[in-house]
Amino acid sequence: MNAIVRQLTGLRDWVDDRFPLMSLWNDHMGQYYAPKNFNFWYYFGVFSLVTFVIQILTGIWLVMNYKPDGATAFASVEYIMRDVEWGWLIRYMHSTGASAFFIVIYLHMFRGMLYGSYKQPRELIWILGMLLYLSLMAEAFMGYLLPWGQMSFWGAQVIISLFGAIPMIGETLTEWIRGDYVVSDITLNRFFSLHVIALPFAIAGLVLLHIIALHEVGSNNPDGVEIKKTKGADGKPLDGIPFHPYYSVKDFAGIIVFLMLFSAVVFFAPEMGGYFLEANNFIPANPMQTPLHIAPVWYFTPYYSILRANTINFFFIDAKLWGVIFMGLGVMAFFFLPWLDRSPVKSIRYRGGLYKTILGIFVVCFLILGYLGLLPPTEGRTLVAQICTVIYFLFFLLMPIYTKLDKTKPVPDRVTT
Amino acid sequence: MSDDAVDTRRRRFLTGTTVVIGGIGAAFAAVPFVSSFQPSAKAKAIGAPVEVDVSKLEPGQRIIQKWRGKPVWVVRRTPEMIEDLKSLDGGALRDPESAESVQPEYAKNAWRSDKPEFLVLVGVCTHLGCSPSFVPELSAAGVKQPWKGGFFCPCHGSQFDLAGRVYSGVPAPTNMDVPPYRFVNDTKIVVGEDKGDAA
Repeated sequence: MNAIVRQLTGLRDWVDDRFPLMSLWNDHMGQYYAPKNFNFWYYFGVFSLVTFVIQILTGIWLVMNYKPDGATAFASVEYIMRDVEWGWLIRYMHSTGASAFFIVIYLHMFRGMLYGSYKQPRELIWILGMLLYLSLMAEAFMGYLLPWGQMSFWGAQVIISLFGAIPMIGETLTEWIRGDYVVSDITLNRFFSLHVIALPFAIAGLVLLHIIALHEVGSNNPDGVEIKKTKGADGKPLDGIPFHPYYSVKDFAGIIVFLMLFSAVVFFAPEMGGYFLEANNFIPANPMQTPLHIAPVWYFTPYYSILRANTINFFFIDAKLWGVIFMGLGVMAFFFLPWLDRSPVKSIRYRGGLYKTILGIFVVCFLILGYLGLLPPTEGRTLVAQICTVIYFLFFLLMPIYTKLDKTKPVPDRVTT
Repeated sequence: MSDDAVDTRRRRFLTGTTVVIGGIGAAFAAVPFVSSFQPSAKAKAIGAPVEVDVSKLEPGQRIIQKWRGKPVWVVRRTPEMIEDLKSLDGGALRDPESAESVQPEYAKNAWRSDKPEFLVLVGVCTHLGCSPSFVPELSAAGVKQPWKGGFFCPCHGSQFDLAGRVYSGVPAPTNMDVPPYRFVNDTKIVVGEDKGDAA
C-alpha cells in the first residue's frame, strides 16, 4: 500500500515539476475559500456545468448517427429513436438536457439578482455569464433546426426573418445567414456545423473565463458581505471554507438529486406534454405550409411575447422593426444590471420593501410573458402582453431611481448563518 | 547611444507597421470565410420560372405551387369576392392602394392581379415569413372586423384580405408580395416571368 502511495506521489511530483498541477488545484479547489453560508441557490452554477457535460457527451454520440441533410435528417433522427441501440435514451437525454440547461441557467441568473452578485466587483463575471446565456440561446436555436420537423423549420424561418426587419441591410443579411432565399438544406448544414463545433467551443471557453474571473474576486454569498475583508491571522477569510472538500462534497450530493429529477423526466416525460419536444416537430419540415399554431420552445417564449406585443407604428418605425428592437433590448437589458442598480447593499436580505415588491412584479411579468408566448395571439392576450412588456422595461429603466429610494437595512460585517 | 539601450521610437514604428500590415492581411483573409456564407451558385440557380395549371381550379379555391423554395398561391376569386374587396378601404387596411407594397405594375390595382379572377401571391407573411392560412369563410372566429374572407397568419396574428392587402393594427407592415407572372393562355400561368416576356 505504502509503495503504491509513494509511487503515485512520485508521479504527481514528476508532473508538478513540468506543469502547475498543484498550484492549479489549490487556486481553484483545495485553497479556494468560498463563503461558508452558501444556500440552495448556489447549486445552479454546478448544475449548469453538469448539464453542459451531458450535452457534450450525448451530442458526440448523436452525431455518430445523425445526417445533416434536408432529405435525410428527419429520418435519421427517427432511426436514432427506433433502430440505434440505446439511441432513444441518448437523444432524450440531449433534448431534456436542452430544457434543463435553461431551467438551471434562469435560476442561476435569478440567484445573481437576488443577492446582487452582479454588483461591483463582479461586473465582469456577470457580463461573461450573459455572453454564455447568449451563446446558449444561439446553440439551442441552431440545435432545434436539426431534427428538420415542422417546428424546426418554421421556428428558424421566423427567427431568421427577424434580421430582415433591419433597414437597408436586412434582406441581404437574412440571405447571408440562410445561404439561400429560404431556410433550406444549406441552412441546415451550416447550423449543424455551428451547433456541434463553433458554439460548443465558444461556450467551453466562456465557462473557463467565467470561473477564472469568479475565483479572482471570490464568490458572493446570500448576505452580500465581502469575506475577504475579515481575514484571520493566517490570511484566510474567517467566513470562508476551502471549496474542496466542503463544497465539492456538498455539490456532489446536490448533483445526485439533480440527476434523479433529470432521469425522471428522461424516462417518464421526455416530451413534457409538448413543452420540451413539440408535437408539430414529429411532422417532417414542409416549406409550403405553416402549422396552424406555432410557438417557440418554452425558454424563448418571454422574448417571443415581447416581439408579438409590438403592433403599433410610431416614430416613423413600423411595428415589425419595433418588435425586433424590443426583443433584442429585452435580452440585452440584463447586461446593464451592474450599473443600473444603485443600491448600497447587494443582498435582497438587506433591501427594503420597495425593491422586493418591484422584483416580485418583474418575475411575475416575466412568467406571464413566457406563458402567453406559448399560446396563439388574441386581442385580450396581446393587451396583457403589452402591459407586461411595459413593466418589463420599466423594471430596468427606473432601476437607478427605485434602488436609490429603497430603504435598506444595515449590512453586518460578517456573514450570518 | 550604447548597444543595450532600447530604441523606443524604432520599436513603436515596427509594432505599428506590423499591426497595420497584419490587420490588412487579416481583413483580406476574412473575405473568403464571410463570403462563403452567401447563397452558392447552386442555390442561385434554383430560381427558374414554374408553370401553374389553373384549368381545374374551382371558383373560391386555392392551389399552392413551389417557386424559389417559397409557396406561391393561385386563388380563383368568385364575383362576390371581387365585389367585397371594394368595401374594404383605408379604415380597415393599412395600404389599400398598394403604394408601399411589392407587386408588378400590372398588379398594382384594387384587386392586385392581372385578371381580377385570378390572384397570384407569394404565400409568405410580410411580418416574419410564416405561410398564412386561407380563410375564405365570412364567419371566421377571432379575426378583426370587417372580415370579407382572406388570409390569417397563425404565427403572430396578421391578417390579409382576398387581395393579399394587410389589415391595420396587425404586425405585418406591408401587403403580401405579388410575384412576376404571365398568362400563357387562359388556363396556364408562368410564375417568375413578367407579363410581356417572350415565351
